[in-house]
Amino acid sequence: MAYVAVKGGEAAIAESIKRLRYERLRERRTIAVKAIRSGLRALVDRVMSEASLYAKELAALAIKQAEGNPEEATFLLRAYRSTLPRKYYSRLTSMGSMFVERRISAAFKDIAGGQLLGASADYTHRLLDFNLEKETSANVRAWLAAFQREQEAEKPSVMPRVELPRVTDILRSEGLLRHMQQDDTAPRDITRQSMTFPAERSERLQTLTRGESGAVVALGYAAIRGYGLAAHPTVAALVVGRVAITIDYPLGACDSDDEALYLGQVRVTEVDAIIPAAKKGPGGKQEIEIRLGYGLCFGQNESKAIAMSVLDYCLEHPIPDSPVHDEEFVLTHIDSVEASGFISHLKLPHYVTFQSELDAARRINRGER
Amino acid sequence: MNKYNFAFFDEQSKREIRRALLKAVAIPGYQVPFASREMPIARGWGTGGLQVMLAIVGKKDVIKVIDQGSDDSVNAVSIRKFIKQMTGVLETAETSEASIVQSRHRVPEVPLTGEQILILQVPIPEPLRETEQSELRAKRLHAEKEYSGVWLSLFEQIMKYGCTATGADHPTMVHERYVMSPSPIPRYDNRKLNDCAALILFGAGREKKIYALPPYTKVESLAFVDRPFVSESMHGKICRLCGAEGVFLDESVQAAGAGPFYECNDTGYCRQRQSSKSRLDRGEKSGD
Repeated sequence: MAYVAVKGGEAAIAESIKRLRYERLRERRTIAVKAIRSGLRALVDRVMSEASLYAKELAALAIKQAEGNPEEATFLLRAYRSTLPRKYYSRLTSMGSMFVERRISAAFKDIAGGQLLGASADYTHRLLDFNLEKETSANVRAWLAAFQREQEAEKPSVMPRVELPRVTDILRSEGLLRHMQQDDTAPRDITRQSMTFPAERSERLQTLTRGESGAVVALGYAAIRGYGLAAHPTVAALVVGRVAITIDYPLGACDSDDEALYLGQVRVTEVDAIIPAAKKGPGGKQEIEIRLGYGLCFGQNESKAIAMSVLDYCLEHPIPDSPVHDEEFVLTHIDSVEASGFISHLKLPHYVTFQSELDAARRINRGER
Repeated sequence: MNKYNFAFFDEQSKREIRRALLKAVAIPGYQVPFASREMPIARGWGTGGLQVMLAIVGKKDVIKVIDQGSDDSVNAVSIRKFIKQMTGVLETAETSEASIVQSRHRVPEVPLTGEQILILQVPIPEPLRETEQSELRAKRLHAEKEYSGVWLSLFEQIMKYGCTATGADHPTMVHERYVMSPSPIPRYDNRKLNDCAALILFGAGREKKIYALPPYTKVESLAFVDRPFVSESMHGKICRLCGAEGVFLDESVQAAGAGPFYECNDTGYCRQRQSSKSRLDRGEKSGD
């Protein structure tokens, strides 16, 4: 039997791929993966979060390959993620154990442990810094040395270990925030089992945290602007810091953290948002209850984490006819790989389907039955 | 050279997809959810079909991949290249030589046999989506066989236009139980699904659904007794390359003034006809 060789498109595709490579290299410069990792921290964080794969080196590589396009870089990383077997689930991580780098509260001026500004562009003026054009490694080294000296001069000889209380715990102790039972039910893994509706909260949180940043922010924005919610959330706390990830010793579950295997740290952004809502009190009296929305994502992605907390709240408290309170609407449209995939498929040939549409239109317009 | 497992997926992932496939075959027309991995090709570009393919392809298979009828289309080439790279199986453009055909929006012209499997790529697996956006409510409607919404939308088209106005993806009733999207194949292809000798598998990657038609399943295109189902009219049109009539043709537009011309949409079929025609012209006997 002769197998007909397929020709035509193949050569054109090979040339197109060559052209893509040329566009990346035409200026005769190449950017080192290390430079991306250290210099494009925000983009690396965003791509890791949307790809739901915490791997800085790989994210930087994906960014290089994608020429900085986050949608393409996320796609590359997700596709790679598909080939990795799921060997372990991590142990529960308490956010209380986080090594905090930044922690602010919009709810209280003074919080126990203080407001820690950390690293943020929030307090800069967004003026283009033309000095960066001429930044040299000598500049950088000198600045770093000075910075280090300054730090050392101010640092106490022993750093006290302080457990920062959760801002929401303060509200809880006052009875303003309902006390909730600790729920340690194992989450459903949406990468192993497709989400079905109505979704569990664990499925919602997983989908939100890997959502495309722009999409999550846009829907969160719509919610607080009046399409739903109709209340102004207050950020009880926004925390950026590192948490340790551990797994059970593979030969048996362990009782304490000391027996667990430490895999490493991930930097995360966590947000507790509080939202006032009406509730029926005793005797039918209207009361105000303070409710909570939760956001958590890989890396320092503050707008996304805040918007996620708003959407988490919206989905926990559905309102009919509001798209941002509709879990199917929100959860099925915010994934970068899915949304960009379907939008970009419009570039594929559609001549069969279009022919079929044309046939129907012509038949109807000719008045045929 | 190949750092990946045979057919890309780890065995666990393949098993998961196969389980969904078995369930789908057991309940013809019913949409089975599956986890749907991200693939190295974009979601919306055939990842559902590709995942089904990778879950069932074996070393002795011969594959054919077509996109809108063509083996040469960039996406068909890209998918075929990927499958070959990950499996090393043989490829063909001739439908009769293939053991598995993956297709986007066409059922080949050459009738399929019981030895073959057809995989159709599906963008929107939910035939009720137009009338019911919610996945949860649509699932309930299927469970209760409550299909008034679909019937009503066809009825409304008749009221508005005098006939049904569906293009591709005209809804079908499977085995008198489930309303099923045949995927956006032209209406012309709908009849080929009915009583088909081959197993037909549908994969929707982005929507994370798999469904199936086992061989010889009854598949009817939804229509009313007094307004029968009409497929695309190919009347009086002939392929300018092989002279075929009564097959699904692509219409190509020429410069203004000149009329359109037609060519077989199924390029594999067309090529086969052309080569057997030229053989006959040379006085040779048909090869097979």
